Amino acid sequence: MILRGLTAALAKRALQAVVVAVAVATIAFFALLSLPGDQAMRIAAGRYGYDIADTAAAALVRAELGLDRPLVERYLLWLADLARGDLGRSFVSGERVVGELAHLFRHTLVLAVTAFLVGCLVGLPLGWLAGLSPGGLVDRASLAAAVLARALPGFALGILLILLFSVGLGVLPAAGYGSVDALVLPALTVGVGLGGAISRVARDSTVAATTAPFFAFARLKGLSALQALLRHGVRNAAVPVIAYLGVQLAQLIEGLVIAETLFAWPGLGHAMVHAIVARDVPMVQGTALVLGLMFVALNGAVDAASLAADPRRRAAA
Amino acid sequence: MKRRTVLAFPAYVAAARLGGGRSSAAEARTLQVVAPWEITSLDPSRAGFIFTRLSVAETLVGAKPDGALVPQLAQSWSVAADRLTWTFRLRSSARFHDGRPVTPADVAAALERAAALPGPLRAAPIAAISPTEGAVEIRTSRPFVSLPAFLAHSSTQILSPGSFAGGETVAVIGSGPYRTTKIEPPQRVEIAGFGGYDGTPPAVAAAAYLAASRAETRVLMAEAGQADLAFTIDPASRQRLRRNPRVTLLELPIPRVVTLKVNCAHPALSDPRARRALSAAIDRPGVARAILRNESAAATQLFPPALAEWHVPDLPPLVRDLATARGLLAELGWQPGPDGVLVRDGKPFALTLRTFPDRPELPLIAAALQDQLREVGIRVSVAVGNSGDIPLGHRDGTLELALLARNFALVPDPLGTVLQDFGPDGGDWGAMGWRHQGMQRTLEALSAAFDPAERGRLRGDVARILHAELPVVPIGWYDHSLAASRRVDGVVLDPLELSYHLPALRWT
Repeated sequence: MILRGLTAALAKRALQAVVVAVAVATIAFFALLSLPGDQAMRIAAGRYGYDIADTAAAALVRAELGLDRPLVERYLLWLADLARGDLGRSFVSGERVVGELAHLFRHTLVLAVTAFLVGCLVGLPLGWLAGLSPGGLVDRASLAAAVLARALPGFALGILLILLFSVGLGVLPAAGYGSVDALVLPALTVGVGLGGAISRVARDSTVAATTAPFFAFARLKGLSALQALLRHGVRNAAVPVIAYLGVQLAQLIEGLVIAETLFAWPGLGHAMVHAIVARDVPMVQGTALVLGLMFVALNGAVDAASLAADPRRRAAA
Repeated sequence: MKRRTVLAFPAYVAAARLGGGRSSAAEARTLQVVAPWEITSLDPSRAGFIFTRLSVAETLVGAKPDGALVPQLAQSWSVAADRLTWTFRLRSSARFHDGRPVTPADVAAALERAAALPGPLRAAPIAAISPTEGAVEIRTSRPFVSLPAFLAHSSTQILSPGSFAGGETVAVIGSGPYRTTKIEPPQRVEIAGFGGYDGTPPAVAAAAYLAASRAETRVLMAEAGQADLAFTIDPASRQRLRRNPRVTLLELPIPRVVTLKVNCAHPALSDPRARRALSAAIDRPGVARAILRNESAAATQLFPPALAEWHVPDLPPLVRDLATARGLLAELGWQPGPDGVLVRDGKPFALTLRTFPDRPELPLIAAALQDQLREVGIRVSVAVGNSGDIPLGHRDGTLELALLARNFALVPDPLGTVLQDFGPDGGDWGAMGWRHQGMQRTLEALSAAFDPAERGRLRGDVARILHAELPVVPIGWYDHSLAASRRVDGVVLDPLELSYHLPALRWT
């Protein structure tokens, strides 16, 4: 039963992935072309610096990349390459997009997963504790903390963290990548805001679970509060939290762009912003594709977790 | 402070075990360099400047911070009596990091490559490049005295043939005192002293370059002691860094100028008096103080004092003088309209100013100019777009005004940029619709003149013509800045941005 539900869910996600890939790539292609400014000129500025990018340099770029060919032809060529798994070469660096993405994806994934774990580690226990005594001290304090964490822009939080831990205490590097200690501040920057939101959802679902009739019944039949919570509370409280985590992924990716830029962390989000500025179509398509697929994969994981946690959904699936 | 102690501790232990002292621990340290420029490519024509700045790749010619050319891979150069044939004699002991000796054929191939790609060398009148015994011979189609300066540009760096495969740059195998040990585009390069270098080995044995695009990041890295050299500090943070005991802040005027490019073919702007009126309406000290945060950044003429050879101290400074501006405009037939905007023949004096946000101060300056020009009755609408809009508008003739930042030392001799910007057809980033016989004669004479005294006189003429005619209106001069940690000695800030001068550094 579980297996069938999972397989169906995953198959649905796989199909979705293909649709997302084509849609994202197509939108990226046409959106970039519809941006104001001359594409060849932007690429030349991205390559050679705007001082050197003049109309002559733009003409060379246009000829080299075939930018004067009809739009449809370029799009179909790109689609054919994509079908073969070839994402082409960056217009700016001239490197294979696949190779560049591999480097960037590794770092983005490390940061995303760590930030996600930070969010869960901060948010879940806090939410459960708050939910066990609604209106109590933990509940009120965590509400204030969550509002603050959520309201603080990532950029400001990042700078505050650097000021505290790098400039003030001198215990962590301010920016850069490649060592475990360099991961701490960017992961906190992304994770803390996420944790704030998670804690509120976890709190509400814990309150809902512990005040539900089945919980009262569990206590009535003689289970201790802890037993009732472990047996009947956690799983029920987990369902909305898992669903909410799926929604939060979009915010996670947005947070990554900011953290990557501030902490000089090599990542997809930061690279995508640069590629958009430079009108580097293959690179934008590549980064958007990976981020889109990452989104689908994470949603798939959320589906699987929801199914595992909630038997009613399995019946529905 | 604590972090450094913690990190350095294992190094001290290791050094102690080997019987070394404090100095060997210092030698094992890696110098941390942080700058805004990403390694977008290994190709010399693209992000090649990163590798020449890090002393990994060498060009034939180098330059001292004052612009004087010095030998680099070429130990000497000369021009024949015909003033067309140049011989660049190579340093015979030079080796690439892959062990290959640097041959004249390698040099010629690298230069041919540079001349075919966008970059300054493409604009030079080169007829032929040929390797000879221990030297490279370059023939120009007309006398071109700035050639050696063009060969100091990073796009002309000489790399080993092993750096290229199938027309692509796959590695940066140069001949400088440092070699790359790791390249991770777009953000990091690690370098170490090259044992086979034929000059003095660098005192700092290893360095790492990190590209951090946000100014905040670089400043915080300097403040935290994580960066030994942090380049390009935003004006607002400089104040704070000046007070930081761990950091030395170096600031230098550089040959980059904020200019207002004017379409001199535009009916409202074709008369030099109109451009002088525009210039007299601008409050440069105000812009310098409020936006560039440096009083001395207000331009009094096009060439900043940093370009000592081109700056003419006795030129009357460009100042704000609203009465003069209004007088000139009235002379040209402009009358105040009902809404305060000047009108002539029923048409309002309204212009569009294009600029771009790659340099964040430009849109701010544009807004300030809009305000200041309104005071004399000129209505300006500001269009913030892409940098490319300016060359395109120049070509199709639609550009009216453009605010930009121009580097007059793309090559150490500003003549290269001056020729591009003020030649017969103007330039994408320079004059537009401006024809001036005297200027053309002077520039022709200057690019062919080899006598220093005559060159000095001609340069003065160029500056004077530009000052009177204002085909571009100078607004402000830029500063270059570097926050250096007190742990290093011998830091040099190069206004030409050719080199970080890492081989000159020592640990304190």
